[in-house]
Amino acid sequence: MKTLKKFLRGVLLLAIIIAFLVAWSALPWQGIVVLAVLLAVWMTVTRRGRQTWQVTRVGLSTVTQRLGSSSVVVVGIAGVVGVLVAMLAMSEGFAETLRASGNDHTAIVLRGGSQAELNSILDRDSANVVMQAPGVKKGAEGRPIASGELVVVANLPRKGDPNSDSNVPIRGVSNDVWALRDNVKIIEGRAFKPGLREVIVGKGAKGQFEGLDVGKSIRLAGQTWTVVGVFASHDALESELWGDTQSVASAYRRGSSVQSVTVLLDSPRAYDQFKASLAADPRLKVDVSTTEAYFGKQSEALTKTLRIVGITVGIIMAIGAVFGALNTMFAAIQARAREIATLRAIGFRGVPVVVSVLLETMLLALLGGILGAGIVWLIFHNYTASTLGANFSQVVFQFQVGPALLWTGLKWALAIGFIGGLFPALRAATVPVTTALREL
Amino acid sequence: MKYFHLIWAALFRRKARTFFTLISILAAFLLFGMLDATRSAFDSGGSVIGVDRLITTSRYSIIQSLPVSLQAQMKAIPGVKDVGYSNWFGGIYQDPKNFVLSFAVSDNYMDIYHEIQLPADQRKVYENTRTGAIVGEALAKRFGWKVGDKIPLQSTIFPQRNGDKTWPFDIVGIYTAAPGAANGTDQQFFFHHKYFEDANAFQSIGTTVGWYFVRLNSPADAERVAKAVDALSANSDHETKTQTEQAFNASFAKQIGDIGLIVSAIMGAVFFTLILLTGNTMAQAVRERTSELAVLKTIGFSSHSVLYMVLAESVLLLLIGGALGLGLAGIIVPIVAKGSGGMLNLPPVGSQTWILGLVLMLVIGAIVGALPAIRAMRLNIVDALAGR
Repeated sequence: MKTLKKFLRGVLLLAIIIAFLVAWSALPWQGIVVLAVLLAVWMTVTRRGRQTWQVTRVGLSTVTQRLGSSSVVVVGIAGVVGVLVAMLAMSEGFAETLRASGNDHTAIVLRGGSQAELNSILDRDSANVVMQAPGVKKGAEGRPIASGELVVVANLPRKGDPNSDSNVPIRGVSNDVWALRDNVKIIEGRAFKPGLREVIVGKGAKGQFEGLDVGKSIRLAGQTWTVVGVFASHDALESELWGDTQSVASAYRRGSSVQSVTVLLDSPRAYDQFKASLAADPRLKVDVSTTEAYFGKQSEALTKTLRIVGITVGIIMAIGAVFGALNTMFAAIQARAREIATLRAIGFRGVPVVVSVLLETMLLALLGGILGAGIVWLIFHNYTASTLGANFSQVVFQFQVGPALLWTGLKWALAIGFIGGLFPALRAATVPVTTALREL
Repeated sequence: MKYFHLIWAALFRRKARTFFTLISILAAFLLFGMLDATRSAFDSGGSVIGVDRLITTSRYSIIQSLPVSLQAQMKAIPGVKDVGYSNWFGGIYQDPKNFVLSFAVSDNYMDIYHEIQLPADQRKVYENTRTGAIVGEALAKRFGWKVGDKIPLQSTIFPQRNGDKTWPFDIVGIYTAAPGAANGTDQQFFFHHKYFEDANAFQSIGTTVGWYFVRLNSPADAERVAKAVDALSANSDHETKTQTEQAFNASFAKQIGDIGLIVSAIMGAVFFTLILLTGNTMAQAVRERTSELAVLKTIGFSSHSVLYMVLAESVLLLLIGGALGLGLAGIIVPIVAKGSGGMLNLPPVGSQTWILGLVLMLVIGAIVGALPAIRAMRLNIVDALAGR
């Protein structure tokens, strides 16, 4: 009978924890504010609540005496939150950079079956057919606004590491690119002149790689090119160097072919018509997507991997931290066993004891969460990194430690605190008073 | 060792606490095992098999090809044993998700990359089959390929002369990677460069190759030969960059991002937490046992014996938890690698990881045990027994 009861209690506890975690992960921040306010009201208005507040105060005032073990909870949870937030910030930052690179009113056309521009090739005729397709916006002279582009990869050393080699993308773009990508602004120097060996460099590329200041020369394909300007676009294009399509094509002996054609659509709604007409054209075998979909897809794999790794590492660390918190809180109620038993002997009931131990743990956890998330925010917010992207070349991106991520971190911290405090709290409230009083 | 039962008993004096601490340690070393596997997956430059090889690529970019005429010139450089070449094929099998690391290679590839071990009879068949391909054991297993299978591989870059992007191949051999080969060696797909040249829609393929690899007579010649190779094409429109295989792999790994840095940052966070946790447990355990330790001293245990017993206890705790954690990592890592469908190429938890892990367990055990152990050693019997 006794074992059955114990077993049922165990099942019940497990169910409570699972229910809590499910509800917790779905709760928006407003929900938590409401909960906190309700708790505060309960603690000031009702008798039980006031008792809880008294017990909690005693517990909190002794935290300083248990500095070593309390800091285990704080630092343990800070570690979990820090790692989690940093990994997610990396994944967010990368995804955001690529997401910003595309939109729904421009479309990109590649040769059928190529997943990235690097693998694609379109001859001049095909490129012209694509540009003349219905749905493409016409400019002032009635010419379609479209850019046939080439992406080649150059080796440039990373800043501060002259012997390293990074694959830096060089994009040959046509004159229409300024109308097509209106978020691109020259922030230093001037635009390249068609026909000349001149490049402009993205702000991100300039920050990551050596020798890209305005006025300097770089060697590309055995020729000397001059950097004439710096552009900003706040997306993945900022990792690139841009030159004139014809100049790049001749330097890399690409003839008149291009790798992709990007077009400005009449409106987002024109996309379907544009895509259908290209699909129906027997002269072409191409893949069409909006730039939004194209860049979004490029970030998918890495973003997903980083998220999975971050959450897996976070869960394993969280398990470690939960048990650390359990240890600490069991030791804490052990040290306060007599005092708690005395309280219960003079009429305090279980609820105030349970709530106060839980509250204490969760406050420590909150402190840990703030510490961990705060450190990551200080170190990693807007931290610039780069990695190999779909075009086999570097994509420069920034870590994004936004409010949503910080909030996720705090949620994890509080969840760990709840689980780590629940068992010791129940123990404190259920140990027979006589046993507890006898214990040393 | 004669005190082992005493240490053991002390360790499990409070079962719950020891159990919780063990799980924390287990979690930390599970993470350590997994992260170390990830790190070594990116660290394929560490293989010692390729010390006598150089890689020659275009100086300007890895997608630029090199003239085929270079091969004869390179071979003439003193110290060069053999020169081969290779081309990236960018193959996918049936679905774009099934990326196959595939290369068109010169016929001497297997002589230069001697870690690729192919049975002699299969090698013979390969040499005589135009569309023959040899595949690594792990790759064959992934798609269930057998010798004799005809499989189509789609190239993301190269169409055939008839415009078709799907190339037919005959699997004529399945190779194994020699022990010590770089991670992922048994995941590759090789076929004749000749077939690639003949059937390719791009006629220029016949006159250019993707990159060269050089086998040296002695690794000591590496720098001299590399300079000599690069001198061949200096100031031409196809300047080359020659480096050792290790340097090539290392610079490649660096491009993916500073994985090593991120991993060590995570490890640092984990271990800091771990030391704090375990140190706290040990301190608690010793504090609780003050009177017991005093009794031990009273009946004649020396101060040093007490010191060693407490130290041994904490090291033992770390060893048990750590070994369980690494063991678990050994089970989980292959599952993760398999689950990712070959995308994540994680090596199993190897002896190096275990050795590093064991050293860490011993060191951390000693560090966290040190303070409580010294406290126990300095214990004044009279005060301790009196509960002061």
